[in-house]
Amino acid sequence: MSISLGALPIAEASNLLAAREQMAFTLAFHIVLSCLGVAFPAIILIANYKGWRQNDSDAMELARRWSKVMAVTFAVGAVTGTVLSFEFGLLWPEFMKRFGSVIGVGFAIEGIFFFTEAIFLAIYIYGWKRLSPKAHFWTGVPLLITGLGGAFSIVAVNSWMNQPQGFTLDAAGKVTDTDPVKILLNPATGYEVPHMILAAYIVTGMLVASVYAVGMLKGRRDRHHRLGLLIPLTVALALAPVQFMVGDTAAREVADKQPAKFAGMECIHKTGRDQTEYLGGRCTSTGVKGGIGIPGLDSFLVGFSTNTKVTGLDAFPPKNRPPANTLLHLAFDFMVGVGSAFIALGAWVAFVWWRKRDIPRTVWFLRIISVCGVAAVLTLWAGWIVTEVGRQPWIVQGYMRTADAVTPANGIWYSLAIVLVLYTALGTTAILVLRRMARRWRERGPEVEQGTPYAPPVETVSGAR
Amino acid sequence: MSEADIAAGILWFGATAYALFGGADFGGGFWDLLAGDAATGERPRALIQRSLTPVWEANHVWLIFILVVLWTSFPKAFAAIMSTLYIPLALAAVGIVLRGAGFAFRKEIEGLAGRRAAGATFALSSVLTPFFMGAVVGAIATGGVPASGDGDPISSWVGPAPLFFGVVFVATGAYLAAVLLIGDAARSGAKDMERYFARRAIIASVGAGVAAAAGLVDLHANGRYVYDRLTSEALPLVILSALCGLAVLLLLIRIKHRWIRPLAGATAVSVIWGWGVAQFPYLLPTSLKINEAAAPDPTLTTVLVVFLAAAVIVLPSLALLYTLSQRDVVGEVDR
Repeated sequence: MSISLGALPIAEASNLLAAREQMAFTLAFHIVLSCLGVAFPAIILIANYKGWRQNDSDAMELARRWSKVMAVTFAVGAVTGTVLSFEFGLLWPEFMKRFGSVIGVGFAIEGIFFFTEAIFLAIYIYGWKRLSPKAHFWTGVPLLITGLGGAFSIVAVNSWMNQPQGFTLDAAGKVTDTDPVKILLNPATGYEVPHMILAAYIVTGMLVASVYAVGMLKGRRDRHHRLGLLIPLTVALALAPVQFMVGDTAAREVADKQPAKFAGMECIHKTGRDQTEYLGGRCTSTGVKGGIGIPGLDSFLVGFSTNTKVTGLDAFPPKNRPPANTLLHLAFDFMVGVGSAFIALGAWVAFVWWRKRDIPRTVWFLRIISVCGVAAVLTLWAGWIVTEVGRQPWIVQGYMRTADAVTPANGIWYSLAIVLVLYTALGTTAILVLRRMARRWRERGPEVEQGTPYAPPVETVSGAR
Repeated sequence: MSEADIAAGILWFGATAYALFGGADFGGGFWDLLAGDAATGERPRALIQRSLTPVWEANHVWLIFILVVLWTSFPKAFAAIMSTLYIPLALAAVGIVLRGAGFAFRKEIEGLAGRRAAGATFALSSVLTPFFMGAVVGAIATGGVPASGDGDPISSWVGPAPLFFGVVFVATGAYLAAVLLIGDAARSGAKDMERYFARRAIIASVGAGVAAAAGLVDLHANGRYVYDRLTSEALPLVILSALCGLAVLLLLIRIKHRWIRPLAGATAVSVIWGWGVAQFPYLLPTSLKINEAAAPDPTLTTVLVVFLAAAVIVLPSLALLYTLSQRDVVGEVDR
């Protein structure tokens, strides 16, 4: 290699670690925007529908503003998603060389959804003025389908990495045959895909609701804010119990099909019956330290009986065990904990609504909602840590180790550093821009009363700006 | 024709669409960069922004399409390209982030300083990104990427032909953008802007032609396989491209703007397919043939089916978007 950077010792420290950190960081960044891409259109269309059919100018104004927010988040998501496509090849060329023809099946299908999404998103976002209300609403509807379809095809690829099937390898490890249907509909697709789609709706709902909760805490208690909180919050809270059931099924499937991951998540060292479920704590080779143990519960959750045998890490040679056990365990507990809290929150809101036909009016309710957006994002990340770190040391469970997939190219630490700087700037600017937009809207008041949507054409000449 | 050849054709189709539409978007950034200070550049920048806003993300998807079709249908070639040309590719990826973010943020940022920073980010990265993409294509054409991958990360692309191809990419994008903007200016009745972009289209077309000729000279020495076929099997397409380019140039000089869009498009399309013909049957001249790199048949069939589905679903939707955008039904909304 003639590149001089590579001669420095830091570059040789560990390509694998740098590549994994870069992938984790860029994925964590992108996944939040993906959630908005999948679920924001649905929330916007609810407001749009209400505004259109019930002549509700507050709802219409919300839809209009949200669509402008989506224009920004979609742009950032489109470019960070492109980076991931590059990273597959730049960081994991061996993986792509061997399995590109397998995982490509999902990505090829996703291509159609992404294309259609980009097109109709543009028509919807930039069609407020000149399209009729009906036509405009319907140009948004394809976005519901593209969100679901896109999420399906991408998450199916991740499911395949966890439970690979539908391909034939020759003696040299080359893929000689593929079965696209089996690849897409692998056993993990059934729970990973719904789990992620529901997560997208909950994260988006909570993020949007939290913005309006903060506004209400600052004293802006008008109908605009109430509606802005209520529409997304209802979506998120209604789906929280469903998500809990899907997640519970997923955990049992993981215990069955990826026992090493499950043992890592639950800090189980010795295979056996009557396993204790630990909440929190540190995982050590002599057991969990500092957690709350509930005897027998882990076995019960896996097989509905405390007598269920659960595989421990001792069943696997050390080189096949997932790393960072405590991280895995805490990430899993955090996800379940926040998921449970959302269900409790939903019960509270439902109860108050049933009694008073209103959301809870206490400051504490608004304070809780205002942190729910961040909590939902952290939960999303925790879930992906469980999935991805839990699958290590494999990139394709049982077939290819992550260490064998990574690029031999030098300088990945530098590329990680560049990515950290670039994405920090990107994220900070995006948040600043969104805050400026909000402030501009606050200062200017509702646009419905000035330049209205669906108004007759306003002639704009290129020089008029 | 084998299924692998069809997949390669699909790949080239994607490359053509990206070069035309994505290329024009990068070209818009190029003219934005050169539009001068805030006062002089205001009107051309406004026209560029209006023309790009509703379509650039959809146009950008063609790049994803290319990457996915490449790694799905020809995983070995994808890995070889990525593991050799990681420097220009990583720089192009950085450019893509900066270009998209800069463009999206500029519209929403208030205050001249912030807008200027976002605008400069958008414009500068609009020039660097296609340059590195052109260098990647040039490196492939000159045989810089070995089939086994892990080729030399520097000498594979730092050479006259790849760098000239980088310039060709930038200039072609600028050319396509200027031609497109002539029509957009005409539609909004801005006669001076029409002349403004007509002048620039002439300069860009000459620039692209000169850089392409220079690249060809270096191909003669360092990319003999592609050079020989460009001057034999692919010669008709090269001549067609040159003729279309000349026709556009004449029309521009005589201020007749009626057929310039399709003709300018044909200039780019015929040269891209000329390159494809010149490379055939190699994906990486001269170390990896299309059929050697191909994925198993069921995967290739999936790519084909997906492509047909895209032709039914995506192409009409794209046509709808372009039509609505050209009729100003979708356009920038008030901030």
